Parts: sequence; C-alpha cells; structure tokens
Amino acid sequence: MSGEDLYLETTEGAQELLPVQKTSPDELGREIGAVLRRPEGTGPTLAGPGPFDPDVLDVERSDDETMIINFGPQHPSTHGVLRLMMELDGETVLRSKPIIGYLHTGMEKTGEELTYQQGATNVTRMDYLSPLTNELVFSLATEALLGIELPERAVWARMLLCEMQRMSSHLMWLATNGMDLGSTTMMIFGFREREMVLAFFEKTTGLRMNHNFIRPGGIAADLPDGWEDDVELICDNITDRLDDYDDLITGQPIFRERTEGVGAITAEEALAMSATGPILRSTGIAWDLRRTMPYLAYDEVNFDVIIGTYGDNFDRYAIRINEIRESIRIVRQILGRMPDGDYRVQDKKVTPPPRARIDESMEALIHHFKLFTEGYKVPEGEVYTAIESPRGEIGCYIVSDGSAKPYRMHIRGPSFVNLQSLPVMLRGGLVADAIATTSSVDPVMGETDR
Amino acid sequence: MSDLPEGVVPGTSTSGQELLFTPRGRYHELVTTLKVSGFEMLADLTAVDYLTHPGRELPAGFSSKRFEVVVNLLSLSHVRRLRVRVQVPESDPVLETLWDLYPGCEAMEREVYDMFGIVFRGHPDLTRILMPEDWEGFPLRKDYAVGRIPVQFKEAPGPR
Repeated sequence: MSGEDLYLETTEGAQELLPVQKTSPDELGREIGAVLRRPEGTGPTLAGPGPFDPDVLDVERSDDETMIINFGPQHPSTHGVLRLMMELDGETVLRSKPIIGYLHTGMEKTGEELTYQQGATNVTRMDYLSPLTNELVFSLATEALLGIELPERAVWARMLLCEMQRMSSHLMWLATNGMDLGSTTMMIFGFREREMVLAFFEKTTGLRMNHNFIRPGGIAADLPDGWEDDVELICDNITDRLDDYDDLITGQPIFRERTEGVGAITAEEALAMSATGPILRSTGIAWDLRRTMPYLAYDEVNFDVIIGTYGDNFDRYAIRINEIRESIRIVRQILGRMPDGDYRVQDKKVTPPPRARIDESMEALIHHFKLFTEGYKVPEGEVYTAIESPRGEIGCYIVSDGSAKPYRMHIRGPSFVNLQSLPVMLRGGLVADAIATTSSVDPVMGETDR
Repeated sequence: MSDLPEGVVPGTSTSGQELLFTPRGRYHELVTTLKVSGFEMLADLTAVDYLTHPGRELPAGFSSKRFEVVVNLLSLSHVRRLRVRVQVPESDPVLETLWDLYPGCEAMEREVYDMFGIVFRGHPDLTRILMPEDWEGFPLRKDYAVGRIPVQFKEAPGPR
C-alpha cells in the first residue's frame, strides 16, 4: 500500500495537516506564520487592501524528508482533548496545526433553547476553570439589554468572586504548567492552594465549580456569614505560598532554561492573531480590560497591569504568578469597602420574590412560578460585552427578539482565539518544548469547542 | 473615520454601542479603511441566522437578508469598539474573507462556515472546525432541529 492510500483512509482528512506538497501556498503561509511577516508594501493601505501574493512570502516547499506526527487528542498534557499535528525535521517543529472540536456540544445552540434565567447554567460550563467569569459576561450582556442598574453590593460581590476566580484559575495553571515541565511538586502545591479557594466557593455558592451564582440581576444569594475571615485567611495563605513558589520555581535554573526564550511571540503577531490576556501582555502591550475598559467597579480599586517584554513562556509564567498577587491586592481592597445593601436588583420583572414571601402570599407564589417557567422578556436589540477572564477577553454577543430566550447567544472564547497563535509560537522550537508552550497558552477545551 | 466607503451607514445599538452597516460589496473595503485608521484587532467574528426574526431594525437602504455577519473590531490605541454588520442572502451565502487583513479571524471564519454555511471567499483553509468533516447540515441555522433524547420511563414501552 502506498502512502497515498494511507492518507486517503481517514474521513477527516481535510481538517488535518497535509504534506507540504499537497498544501496550498496560502494555507502553508498561514501554518508557518509567514502571513504575519509580510514584506513592506503588501499590507493594507487606504487605497485598497493591497496585493496579497503568497509567492513573495518565504514559504519553503522543499522535498526533504520530514515527519508529520500527531499529538493528542488523548494526551494528559494537552489539557483536555486538543489535537496537535506537527511537521518535524528531526526535533524541530516546522509547522503545526491545532485541531479542535472533540468537546463540541453545541452550547450556543442550547443557549437559544434556554431562557435568560437558565442561560447562566449553560455558559458556566464552557470555561470550567473560571465559570464565574462566564456567568458574569452573560449576565452583563443580559443586563445591558434589560437596561437595569445593579445595587452596589452586587457589583462588589461579583468583583470579589471574579478576583478569587482569577486566583484559582491561575493556581490551576501553575499546577498544570509545573507538571508539563516535570515539576510534580508544583502540581501538588498549585492544586492545594486552589482547593482553598474552591472551598470558599463551595461555602458561598454551594458548588466547587459550575456555580450558576452570578445571574442576570445580581448574585443568587448573599455572601455567607464570616466571609471576610475566610477571604482574609485565603489571601494571607496564598501570599505566603507564592513566595514559596518563587523560591521553588522562579529562580530555578532548570525552569528558566526551559522557559526563557521558548515559544516567543512578538506584539505585532499577537495583535494580528487577535490574542488577548497573558499572551498579549507578555509581548509588552498593557491591555487589560479591567484597566482600559473598566466594568463593574474596577476603576475604583488600585492594581497594576503586569506586562512582559519578550513574549516567551517565562514572561507568561511571571505574568500569571504576579496577577495572583494583584488579585489578592484587589480582594483586600474589596474587603475594606464592601458596601451594605441588597445583593440583587429589586426589579420584580427579573428578581423572584424571597423564599419567605412564597409561604404567605399566593401572588408571590404565582410570580415565582411564572418567572421560573416562562422567564422574563428582554427588549429587542443586540449587544456585545467583553470582560477580562484569566485567559483573555471573553465576550458575549446576544441578539434578542423580545422573547424570554436569546435569539442568538455567542460567546467569544479567549482559548478558542488564543489557540490560533500556537503555531506561531511553536515554529522553530523543539518538540519537547511544544508541551510547555501549549500549556502556556492555557487553553480550556470546554470553552474552545463550546 | 470621516472617509467611510460609499453606502456605509453608522448607527447605534439599543444599548448604545457603535455600529456600522455596510453593503456586501463594500465589506472588505470598509474593514480595510478601519484597520488603517487604527482598529488593530479583530476581536470577534460571528453570524446570526435571522430566519424566524426578519423584522429587525435596519437603516434605510438596507433590506434584511437571512444571514448577518457581525464583526467586532477593537482599537487599542483609541480604546474603542466598533461593530460591523453585513447582510448575506440565503441564495448566495458568500462573503469576502478578512484573513488577509486580520490573520486572527481564520478560526472564527471557519466556525461561521461550519455553523452557518457561509463561504468566505479567499480563506486559506475553509474546512469544518468544530463538527466532524463528514457532517451534513449547518447546526446553528434556525431550520436545523435541536436533537432530543427520548425519555424512558420505568415499565413503559421502549423509546418512541
């Protein structure tokens, strides 16, 4: 059997990385990132889009012996079911292509079948490492359509939860990144600290993950009694442990050797590939939606936007570990400033009556029943909201036709978009570093495939 | 931003966000103009199937078509967001690709093709991205049914 026959046997052929000779120059240019390094004068100008001629790019189509290997989807270091195809020359990655879709469950379609009230249960399952940010962006979009103003306490409680979420998500990343680089100690440490945050979430929301706690109109319940002490304890603990991590990892020669200068990406490339979050910031662009386009009450707290210089794996590590410190700083400010008052908006169209009222009032019972069976109607319109998730810009585009269900609900997942920059980072590197670089993108496949 | 191509109409969404409506023929030209005038990043590209909601508000001169492609642009230097909406008819669901301007829209255009069947002319690798390669139909279209699993009750006859 010739190689041709073997190649034709797979049914998903067209999604895969093809041999160099079979790939179109356009596609080849994309796969090796040549499209980002366009010669002077071929970019867009005011006069027109400018010629895009793949022949002028430095696309190599040699006939040398290379090997295309398949990595994943079932591999522990792909953080889920990411499949990566790489063309190798010896140990050097020539080009690569992430293949996704193994976790696609049609959540955007499901979102059209659920009311706005039920919608948060759906979106929370997308990015399962930071479910609260998903709920927040969905709620902000719904509230923008409804045109409701939240009470102060709801805003600050949301901010508290989201910063705790950022801590837990980055700790999880430190753990898995440590494991990918062979440091199992770091893995255990990261999971241990993350568990403290999750225990607080369980106490507050009832669940460790997939909380459905931030809902359109506020949050589901008030913060539990004594939450200040818990948060204080977590902040103190994690602050100490972060210094331990610095001792253990940051200065360690092996770690620095494996991360410095590996998987580098330039600012122009990151912008062109629409990368956001730590990837964009690692290239030196101070773009953090909490600072540049503040939502909630982020314009009232002090924090620093951490940026890198070289856009390599070490910069992304340093950004994440220091963002935990900044989150702790924000949480400490929230502790001192948490306003009293209601934790959800007192708008009878959106908010169900309190539990106690249901026992004594027939109308309240009917109202509660109607809200939970039919939902509330949202005015016609469309809106795009974006917030800073631990992975980058998470956006929600909702089109409403005036009914109780979104006509179209689209989530712009940061992992989905950031994964595109992976071939740029991998190119020219070693195949052993591909694992560390994939990890430094921090892809969450639930959100990538939705 | 003063030299928008002919036929492009600015607007405001109900929630106060900036919009631009563009005829299909001016779509690529408009996005080129916007990129040159400082919108460095294409934040999001998606589509909506307006099959069962045709009566939406559009500026004068635009007739509502079945599909609408929505492009969210982001300017880091001007700290500004802008949304471009373009109508795409069902009979000819073709649009020019933005890949030569923003290489980052590659996966998003593939997703729109996968879910809505809108073809982006000039895209380097327009294959399905989330669904299996041999899948039939475009799942996010409104005439594509939602799958259901029949509920089985104890001691009841088998599935319907």
